[in-house]
Amino acid sequence: MLSTLKNRLEQGCKTSKYPKEKIELSPRYRGVPKIHKDVPAELVAKCADACPQNAIDAERKLIDMGRCVFCGTCERISKGRFVSFTRNFELAVSEKDHLMTDGTLPDLARHSRQHFKKLFGRSLQLRQVSAAGCNACEADLNVLATPFFDLARFGINFVASPRHADGIVVTGPISRNMKQALFDTLEAVPAPKVVIAVGSCTLSGGPFSGSPEITEGLDALMDVDLFIPGCPPHPMTNLHALLTFFK
Amino acid sequence: METSFCEIINGSAVAREKIPHLSFDDFRKEALKIVESGGKVVQFFGYTEGKTDKLLAVLRTDKLLVAGCDAPEVYPSLSKQCEPFHMFEREIAEQCGIRPEGHPWLKMVRYHPNYRGKKDVFGNDYAKEIPGNYDYYSVEGEEVHEVAVGPVHAGVIEPGHFRFNCIGERVFHLEIQLGYQHRGIEPLLLKAEPKRLSVIADSIAGDTTVGHGVSMSQAVEALTGKSPDAGARIIRVIGLELERIANHIGDLGALSGDVAFLPPANYFGRIRGDFLNMTLLICGNRLGKGFVRPGGVRFTIDSEISRILMERINELEPQIEHVLDLLLLAPSVLARFEGCGAVSNHDAEKLGLVGPAGRACGLPYDARRCFPTEHYGKFDFPETAKPTGDVYARAKVRAEEVMQSIGIIKSLLAEPIETQCVDFANPDRSSVWAPSSFVVTVNEAWRGEVSHCVITDETGKIVRYKIKDPSFHNWNGLAMSLRDTGISDFPLNNKSFNLSYCGFDL
Repeated sequence: MLSTLKNRLEQGCKTSKYPKEKIELSPRYRGVPKIHKDVPAELVAKCADACPQNAIDAERKLIDMGRCVFCGTCERISKGRFVSFTRNFELAVSEKDHLMTDGTLPDLARHSRQHFKKLFGRSLQLRQVSAAGCNACEADLNVLATPFFDLARFGINFVASPRHADGIVVTGPISRNMKQALFDTLEAVPAPKVVIAVGSCTLSGGPFSGSPEITEGLDALMDVDLFIPGCPPHPMTNLHALLTFFK
Repeated sequence: METSFCEIINGSAVAREKIPHLSFDDFRKEALKIVESGGKVVQFFGYTEGKTDKLLAVLRTDKLLVAGCDAPEVYPSLSKQCEPFHMFEREIAEQCGIRPEGHPWLKMVRYHPNYRGKKDVFGNDYAKEIPGNYDYYSVEGEEVHEVAVGPVHAGVIEPGHFRFNCIGERVFHLEIQLGYQHRGIEPLLLKAEPKRLSVIADSIAGDTTVGHGVSMSQAVEALTGKSPDAGARIIRVIGLELERIANHIGDLGALSGDVAFLPPANYFGRIRGDFLNMTLLICGNRLGKGFVRPGGVRFTIDSEISRILMERINELEPQIEHVLDLLLLAPSVLARFEGCGAVSNHDAEKLGLVGPAGRACGLPYDARRCFPTEHYGKFDFPETAKPTGDVYARAKVRAEEVMQSIGIIKSLLAEPIETQCVDFANPDRSSVWAPSSFVVTVNEAWRGEVSHCVITDETGKIVRYKIKDPSFHNWNGLAMSLRDTGISDFPLNNKSFNLSYCGFDL
């Protein structure tokens, strides 16, 4: 008993004050990419060529956050002249087209479906479906339950049964072997329901793009309401997306 | 022991002509001889080159041994008389359509058509929805029942199907069927552009990003003749150890949660995050994606970052010690951990368990000590093996490894680290890959032995990329631990192993 109390004192309170207080991520974190259009086409082509995810549209000078794994190769090659990654973790968008960006993202709060806010603003129960992800997205969703983020204080929870859920959160590139289970889970959620796609794999196939075993984007299978880019998205990216879209 | 297998050095490329090419009968006889006298299977797989199909095995004793042979369409199973080949033979049957005659338990591994377009060994038609289409072991009788769980589980976890055969609350047998996470990584690596290789390796298993990243980088380095500088080797070790600490701490917290002791669950949940944030501090990604690349690392640890890391670790170290005591000295926790889900040393040997799961059953093997790579040769690793094989042993091994890893990182941060960072998404296209070569890499990631094998053809093109995650060995350990255990102890045992679905499914 005594050691429980001693530990309790040593640990203190670690829950963050977000969103009331801002959070700064460490300097090397790569968030929203900023495109600087005023650069020679040659440099843009070089970045596009080196991008392991082929996420750069050299002609339109845009970056596809759905494909991007935020490795920062383009930033290094162009020494930040074409692409520079900001520390802004607010990456989520509500339309697939918005993933193709020059760094100015539409205000997520304004684009969220207003009836969702009314329905789920005070209580949102989500069922997570891991569909062939590498467990990184899953891990960084799971931490939202730890004391620092404490998702439950906002009335948002991950629940065990799709029957008790208001929507699903999908991670992974939806393998051939998981497709049916994903559809079954979605069907078990009572309408109206929300579909949230988390991570590069779910948005575009990510690193596994080109494999016949996977799906290149969840939106090819079902309507997606919220797209959260990243490989994996930082927990703050997920938290910001859920709070902004639903609260 | 005299053997016609030849010794190979971890992470060094050899010309393929140097690898003994035996007749199948000799190959079988020699492989059985080595493993029956205590050797272990590191890799055993099939591949096709041109029109010929071949088998290749990497075994370990105190050395790494390799040999190959032409693959017959049907062959007498090795598992029939020597269990450690069991999973590998099933994988070969699935990937190559080669049947091991007399295999004691020939079932699919991941549900996919074989690479050679041959008739499916399991009689599946993959145009249909196939997962779960399999006759599980079944039990019948009074008070006897079955529980089917998954692929979609109750938590935020990966998919897999678990079939419990029970009498009342006791588990007779647990059958685990995976494959839901199968992304076709091995064939994808053959057709992907070179610039994509490392990004794919980073996503084999996201909680073992550095482990697989390092294993691929070493293989590519051996084949392209690039070699990381001393600083990069040190930074890789720091990356691997941070990964180990974060995962072990997270699992110890989860174990605590599963016996309803919530304070350590929450403290460790938070502390795990602190270690992930250290990886974020170094490379900008909590899981270490984009950290390691062939030729070195993409991020240096300068004096400022080194100072912050040291500060954070020094602050956390006593907290971790205290929470570990809180957890592992509590009588109510011990009552649940001790004797729960024991796997015998004998079974662990036969299943070929690796990593902490193996060490908890008294198998001392640790690749960092036995086949050191990077900077590991400079350290002494005291053996952490425990004899009891239960949840307590698995928790204790991990607790000791956390403290050991903290010691390693602190000693490495004590000196300034200098490295020339790798800038590009290597390997770039200008690299020349050694033709007709073979390389195997073996590293101790947090779950145990990770191994990558690469074979190139006469033009230097990859003809086979074989990946083995430690979970490939250990899932059967979890199944064994459940025998004659209460079904309600499944979560606890599952957490004590915390195996990778995606690392297994590839």
